[in-house]
Amino acid sequence: MTSRGKAIEVEGVTKDFGTFRALDGVSFDIYDNEFFTLLGPSGCGKTTLLRMLAGFDAPTSGAIRLHGKPILDLPPHKRRVNTVFQSYALFPHMTVEQNIAFGLENLGWPKDRRSARTAQMLEMVHMAQFARRRPDQLSGGQRQRVALARALAPEPEVLLLDEPLSALDLKLRQAMRDELRTLQRQTGITFVFVTHDQEEALDMSDRICVLGQGRIQHLGTPNEIYEDPANRFVADFIGETNFLPVQVISVDGDMASVKTPMGQVVTTLQKAATAGQAATLSLRPEKIGMEDQAVGEIMQGRVTNKNYMGGYTHYTVDVGGTELRVSKRNAISHSQSFEIGREVRLGFRHDSARVLGA
Amino acid sequence: MRADFRIWGLLPAWVIMGFTLIIPIGIVIAVSFAARGAYGGFDWALSGEPYVQILYQVGWTDELEFNPQYLYIIARTLWLAAITTLICMAVSLPVAYYIARQPRAVKAALVYLVTLPFWVSMIVRVYAWLMILGNDGVIEKALVATGLTSGIDSLLFNDGAMLVGMVYSYLPLMILPVFASVEKLDGALIEASHDLYANRWVTLRRVILPLAWPGLMAGAILVFVPCLGAVLEPILLGGGKQLLMGNLIQTQFGGGRNWPFGAAIAVVLMGLVMIVLMARALRDGGRHDAA
Repeated sequence: MTSRGKAIEVEGVTKDFGTFRALDGVSFDIYDNEFFTLLGPSGCGKTTLLRMLAGFDAPTSGAIRLHGKPILDLPPHKRRVNTVFQSYALFPHMTVEQNIAFGLENLGWPKDRRSARTAQMLEMVHMAQFARRRPDQLSGGQRQRVALARALAPEPEVLLLDEPLSALDLKLRQAMRDELRTLQRQTGITFVFVTHDQEEALDMSDRICVLGQGRIQHLGTPNEIYEDPANRFVADFIGETNFLPVQVISVDGDMASVKTPMGQVVTTLQKAATAGQAATLSLRPEKIGMEDQAVGEIMQGRVTNKNYMGGYTHYTVDVGGTELRVSKRNAISHSQSFEIGREVRLGFRHDSARVLGA
Repeated sequence: MRADFRIWGLLPAWVIMGFTLIIPIGIVIAVSFAARGAYGGFDWALSGEPYVQILYQVGWTDELEFNPQYLYIIARTLWLAAITTLICMAVSLPVAYYIARQPRAVKAALVYLVTLPFWVSMIVRVYAWLMILGNDGVIEKALVATGLTSGIDSLLFNDGAMLVGMVYSYLPLMILPVFASVEKLDGALIEASHDLYANRWVTLRRVILPLAWPGLMAGAILVFVPCLGAVLEPILLGGGKQLLMGNLIQTQFGGGRNWPFGAAIAVVLMGLVMIVLMARALRDGGRHDAA
């Protein structure tokens, strides 16, 4: 990673709206050719950060550099970055072709180079047969593709994407995820993607920056963020999990032994645990096995709720007064199903759980 | 049954339109083809004379001489109406844009302020300009007070004063439709334009102006048409020296006592308005076909 060039450096960026601090001293680097995602709930400052990169907002304090050059003094039209807007923001009075060529004209590309590039972009997003249409004659997915082509055409140093998939329906969103990822690999352009959808972020990103309450909660690969969340906020926001209030017995470097409300002593990786104090044990529903799949730490419980989801069945199991969510993959047709009220055997491996701050 | 009702159900509307619009227009057209009465009014007699009078006058030897004085008035009217419309367009765009970018409450208040002059009589408002532009008026006093000049010739009674009055009178009619189209303009489009390397000027020319165009065109009709018939501004601010078509018509029905001639000019004026409206309708129709 360190050998790669830095496309963007964000350094101590703070943004105040009146008395509200939207961003509080945020610093991170984005590398060249990276698919980088800013993930967080609404109001976490991710869109503000993206708008600062584009030049539509300025930080209250801090610095932002694009390939080593400070850009905060540059107006948007002088920054070599392009944006895919949430609403697409296609010019309604121009055809698809004219929309894509707009940026190239402003950069002063000669006509033949411009039309060649426009044709190439139309081809890349599979929109060649719609070149003469106007945006209002296109479907949502097609508009999305035009917005992408328009933003990629001027060969920006960085492409900014502001929740571009949120206006699409579920099926289309799935397909566009793959297309976006493919486009990013094809073009080799650095993508900065903003979303509140954790599934989208896990699926597409090289690295994810989880923002919450104006701060970076965790920055890492999708796998690190899901399996080793830095804190409760991240574990809760990314995927589903069970939080068990635990008492820390002992801490040894990265490891901690804790006592669960069900009475077991679990020893596993820890973040911010102190011996003798309260902490939280995070245990993801799919890490808990049922009946013949129950391994490791074994518990007895009774099914209190059941949600059949097709690929998975989600159970709520009462273990001595503690409710645990358990998800079981339906690996074969007519997989064994456990009715409400039934006694079941559960089990989890110690290294699948994580000790987090209280 | 239903089809019948569609026709007879609209009877009240037909009656109102008939009595207040179609019949009076018919009378004006009829009078424009009548002969001038000896003691004012008119005598029924099918005659093209009032129309001939627009272009020709009867010379000493009873022959028709070409006389362009009325053509000049028509041309001046068209010219002043066009200039007024262009100035209103240029002024209204930034005003409408500014209003549209304000918070909701401020926006409502500003739109109300734009319409406020309509609550005051037009005559009073035009008179107010006499006090602003006239001898010892606000502007002259201000200029003298700043020491720029020791006194100026009256700013009143010229085409400039007339233009100021007409722009002032009809500007709200331009601002409102332009505001309506600018308000719908998605702010993200302007950001997208800047994002795609367009500076302010290019953004104005290639994004804002084309999208505000329907409002500007609607406003242009609303301003241009009443400007063609303006009466007050030429009399009060123009000093009555240089007439516009509206004054000419008024004079013919009043002091001139030549109703058929007045009616003929009114018909010509109406014809001009219809040409403008039809040209616009045809252009719009053409655009829809192309889309």
